Amino acid sequence: MKQFLTALALGASAVFASGAAQAATLDQVKQKGFVQCGVSTGLPGFSNPDEKGEWTGLDVDLCRAVAAAIFDDPAKVRFTPLTAKDRFTALQSGEIDVLSRNSTWTSSRDATQGLNFTATNYYDGQGFLVRKELGVKSAMELNGASVCTQSGTTTELNVADFFRTNNLQYEVVAFQGQEETLKAYESGRCEVFTSDQSQLYALRLKLANKDDHIVLPELISKEPLATAVRQGDDQWFDVVKWVHYAMLNAEEAGVTSKNVQEMLNSPNPDIRRMLGVEGNFGEQLGLTKDWVARIVSKVGNYGEAFDRNVGAGSPLQIERGKNALWTKGGLQYGPPIR
Amino acid sequence: MTDATFIPADRPFVRAAMLAPEPPPAAVAGFSGWARANLFSGPFNTLLTLVCAAGAAYVAWVLVDFMALRAVWTGANREACVAPGTGACWPFITARFGQLLYGFYPADQHWRPAAVFFVAVALIAPLLIPSAPHKKLNALLFFVAFPIFAFVMLRGGLFGLRPVETRAWGGLLVTLVVATTGIVASLPLGVLLALGRRSKLPLIRFLSIAFIEFWRGVPLITVLFFATYMLPLFLPSGWTIDGLLRALVGVALFSAAYMAEVVRGGLQAIPKGQYEGAQALGLRYWPMMLLIVLPQALKLVIPGIVNTFIGLFKDTTLVAIVSIFDFLGIIRAGFADPNWATPVTVYTGFAFAGVVYFIFCYGMSRYSRFVEERLDTGHKR
Repeated sequence: MKQFLTALALGASAVFASGAAQAATLDQVKQKGFVQCGVSTGLPGFSNPDEKGEWTGLDVDLCRAVAAAIFDDPAKVRFTPLTAKDRFTALQSGEIDVLSRNSTWTSSRDATQGLNFTATNYYDGQGFLVRKELGVKSAMELNGASVCTQSGTTTELNVADFFRTNNLQYEVVAFQGQEETLKAYESGRCEVFTSDQSQLYALRLKLANKDDHIVLPELISKEPLATAVRQGDDQWFDVVKWVHYAMLNAEEAGVTSKNVQEMLNSPNPDIRRMLGVEGNFGEQLGLTKDWVARIVSKVGNYGEAFDRNVGAGSPLQIERGKNALWTKGGLQYGPPIR
Repeated sequence: MTDATFIPADRPFVRAAMLAPEPPPAAVAGFSGWARANLFSGPFNTLLTLVCAAGAAYVAWVLVDFMALRAVWTGANREACVAPGTGACWPFITARFGQLLYGFYPADQHWRPAAVFFVAVALIAPLLIPSAPHKKLNALLFFVAFPIFAFVMLRGGLFGLRPVETRAWGGLLVTLVVATTGIVASLPLGVLLALGRRSKLPLIRFLSIAFIEFWRGVPLITVLFFATYMLPLFLPSGWTIDGLLRALVGVALFSAAYMAEVVRGGLQAIPKGQYEGAQALGLRYWPMMLLIVLPQALKLVIPGIVNTFIGLFKDTTLVAIVSIFDFLGIIRAGFADPNWATPVTVYTGFAFAGVVYFIFCYGMSRYSRFVEERLDTGHKR
């Protein structure tokens, strides 16, 4: 069914290739006056409506940054909440311009879904949640542990691979749903709960005493959560990709939403180029000279967005880990703006 | 006979008035009699009664305990509800109450859907009460004037009202809009389709059958999915149809097909003599149907019609898969808010949703019972 619909979408978009799919997305967006952004129907810290009905989250902020770069107004975004099933079809059919919905970047999706992944917004991976009282500091100390997992998922296979590769003994206790698995962990049926790390932090909030549990630092699988755009529009692809890199470069250069106005007078040539004081790098992308200044002043740099939505400034308290800048031992690396 | 006429002198008593009737023996009358007959009529039934009563009491206790006794009533964020042993986290509901009712409708415009709601109640209530006067005017207002009023009020853009796009609608507002439109549109459409399916004109019969079988043959999810994500591919670029409108049309056509089959069931139960009698009186097709056949047929299938309505009301939750946040969808979206993630948030949300859906569905069910009893002339068993 899903494959059929995707095939239908691909076929139809091929037939109507002269239509929506190939018109320059950036021009269309400028014309209609807003960015149509696909997000999840609710994933804590990544995209969820807050009490006032405003969408918030790390994925949401990327879309707001794109809107800020184009319109100088982060509110010119319309969010389309999508389920995992219809996210790629929605992108294909032109219902949305950007898919910023915690989608794992894989070769098959890149090749067959008619989309291009722009950049990894969040490096996720499978991790472990344990009770603090066990005194475990690393996944390597989990010899002989009983592990709660959802049955029939890749999560279960990853655990098997990890323990076998590292010659550790373990026992799997598998359950059907996530809530059920979490309940089993909470009631002590097992010592370790495993899922994607960002999920672990979110699920930890649902435990009675969240501070009694810690997420171990190791990642045992690669789940790069990336933003995607439709294939066949390189200009739009560049815009979305460079909005993310701009946020990284801003953080690296220490440009924040608070000091961006002072930074315009900075003597540092990198910062001058980035903020559009020198050169016309934004115009080359089809944006304006001050595109980075717009993003940073309206949405903030990557570090600010991370802290506000999932990091220390949020209830989730996710560590930067692999999502730290490359200068701080992480994987987030923005190519230079020049 | 002799006793009655001959009274011995030593017993001069004659009763002058009738004895007052005695109440029936306690064993058959009143609550205890009813209970004895219906609940405790034998060892097995007594056992069943006790087991069921214990089960019901246990469930009631669990619900009251969770939803009232251990519940938290005030708080500003998740910290209020994280203590172990906490029951329902009501501040999660109260903090989002406006959102649950109206979705992403701008907060300063909430009076508009509220006004529509009150006008709707003011128009429906007298329509549903048989003794209320001016039925024709009332029906005209509700079925013709009210939709226009509601559309203008909710959508805005006229008379200085700020336009609010339908993608900002949500919560109970969307649930009621989808359900009401589906209910109001599906009954007349369904009646027409049912008549069409029994028509003697081959073209009309064929088209009705094709329509009914097509919409019954595809799942509602597919209909909604197709309308939302496939339709834009087939429309010329630049053409868009409002997302909520697509869902509304999908739901209305879908439920019309089901309604048609329910009504056809009623039509088949009307004896041939009714048709022939009507024809013998010189009635043509439409007067015969409207005056003789349909009133009887629809009366027979009230339970089936209301069943379809209740099913439709609950099926509105499926619009969530095409990115429209109905009442249940907006509650579920609230679960993802890290500021309110607690061990009991999910249960609180679903408990609240359950209560609200129950009120609406049970209300419809009770009203259908009332209508059945009122119209039940001559078929009582």
